[in-house]
Amino acid sequence: MSKKRKETKIEKQPRHVVLKRRQPNRSRVGDFFVYLFLLLMAVAMVFPLVYAIESALKPLDELFKFPPTVFAQNPTLDNFSDLFVTMGKSWVTFSRYIFNTVFITAVGTFGHLIVASMGAFVLAKYEFPGGQAFFKVVTVAMMFSGYVTSIPNYLIINSLGWIDTYWAIIIPAFALPTGLFLMKQFMEGLPTSLIEAAKIDGANEWRVFSGIVMPNVKPAWLTLIIFSVQGLWNNRAATFIYSEEKKTLVYALQQIQSGGIARTGQSAAVQVIVMAVPICIFILSESQILETMASSGLKD
Amino acid sequence: MKEYLQKYVTLRKHNFRVAVKKAKRSKMCYAFLAPYAILFTLFYILPVCSSIFFSFTYYNILESPRFIGIQNYINLILADDIFLTGVKNTFMIAVITGPLGYIMSFLFAWLINELPRWIRTIAVVVFYAPSIAGNVFVIFSILFRGDAYGQVNALLIDMGLIDAPVLWLTNPAYMLPICMVVILWMSLGMGFLSFVAGLQGVDRSQYEAGCIDGVKNRWQELWFITLPNMKPMLMFGAVMAITQSFGVCDVTMALCGYPSTDYAARTVVTHLFDYGFSRFEMGYASAIATMLFLVMILCNKAIQSLLRRVGT
Repeated sequence: MSKKRKETKIEKQPRHVVLKRRQPNRSRVGDFFVYLFLLLMAVAMVFPLVYAIESALKPLDELFKFPPTVFAQNPTLDNFSDLFVTMGKSWVTFSRYIFNTVFITAVGTFGHLIVASMGAFVLAKYEFPGGQAFFKVVTVAMMFSGYVTSIPNYLIINSLGWIDTYWAIIIPAFALPTGLFLMKQFMEGLPTSLIEAAKIDGANEWRVFSGIVMPNVKPAWLTLIIFSVQGLWNNRAATFIYSEEKKTLVYALQQIQSGGIARTGQSAAVQVIVMAVPICIFILSESQILETMASSGLKD
Repeated sequence: MKEYLQKYVTLRKHNFRVAVKKAKRSKMCYAFLAPYAILFTLFYILPVCSSIFFSFTYYNILESPRFIGIQNYINLILADDIFLTGVKNTFMIAVITGPLGYIMSFLFAWLINELPRWIRTIAVVVFYAPSIAGNVFVIFSILFRGDAYGQVNALLIDMGLIDAPVLWLTNPAYMLPICMVVILWMSLGMGFLSFVAGLQGVDRSQYEAGCIDGVKNRWQELWFITLPNMKPMLMFGAVMAITQSFGVCDVTMALCGYPSTDYAARTVVTHLFDYGFSRFEMGYASAIATMLFLVMILCNKAIQSLLRRVGT
């Protein structure tokens, strides 16, 4: 008997809390329609992604069935293993494309993180002639997309002799303006007293940077990493790299697609591989990324 | 007048000397900034400057650039019909997907803001996934495939709306709308994340104060309390949206082909690639790049001055 009573008590309490936490200025009908709308939109947003995954799992006969189905009836992993088998016979194996993309992404992201954080640290915490002006130029650089500079970039990389090497993609990625911008905005939120205390204790600037500032801006690391990975992982690199053995995963995806309609299943399999990595990184680091983005505002 | 000038000169000299002294004292700052500054200059500032320079020349990589004045620009506007098609398409895409994607980003961020924490976490992933998934938009070429095996065609035939499959991606009438749908699907990007985070940072007590002061429904609350608090994020989101919507080329190239039927899906950026990397007319391509650059910067400045008035 007493046990039952306890249960009802526990049941009632959260409802009370919910009522109290309801925000002002909200009608129940409005809430209902808002949630319905959100649900519908969420389904619409996810549908193409689910369709890609299902296409990758379909065996060949289901891909060309009429009427076509969204979900695979007999899901197999054949398409994935086919990637390694059929591409294994070709001159450049599929694993080589994966290695190229992973290498470019890892090195480019690491370098970007270090270079941009060093710049952001002094821009956020010290005042020196030219610092503000430089930051303004960086924010202007966020306002045009990389396509504008693609032709002179090609000429510059050509004169540096980096054509057909990984560096043609990696080094320009170090200087991504959004990374510096987000890092600087986030570092401004660090208390200056922290740095001063370290200096009084006799730490030099490099020690302050590597020992005090960097461990305290871990959320911003993850944000820089996700944006950099997103850019590099999806880099087609077709203009800079000519050798087949240095080409990236996305380039391989396009080649498989141009292989025609019979390769539909395999191209869907590559798509799943291409999208899985950035989405997984994002899911794992979402709360830290949102913490950084809270300071992303652009002030006048 | 002369005296005034002299005073001005001495003042400038003094300021300059102070700046030099300060600069000498903050050598360390420059050392830290140097790696980024050098790379940034090399890959962002220098290209913009040289792009402007090359736009006034005839340059094909093999011969050295020859100065031809504004001939490139004259050719672009008066003699290049395909460029005008590209401008029209880019403009259509930018005007429709830019504002719509921006509003969608904010709307969704605002609506999911009040959901319980764990649903919000999932919702952010769901809405943000398409833009981070990169090249997965290629799946739309299977959805909109021109034969009866394409999902959309099969559905429409099943419902009896059409008798024969429609060539969605090769018929100029349907290309742009489909590209716009795909771009909108991917438009909840960095700006969306910025909005989600910004909305979390708005002080709760302001809403309660607003309720007491006579804010009646969620729309008034949005206009008078939420939006003014979000101004910096709104600016950031706008910059991202504009940059993206003028730089459209990936989606049209992957879905409609490059070149597309009748150039119906040509954008300014694909035109730039065509002249820059297929025909190697670098001067001409630089003129296109310079125009695109100016339009992007001007548009950004205009939108920013507009956003400054939000909530007032």
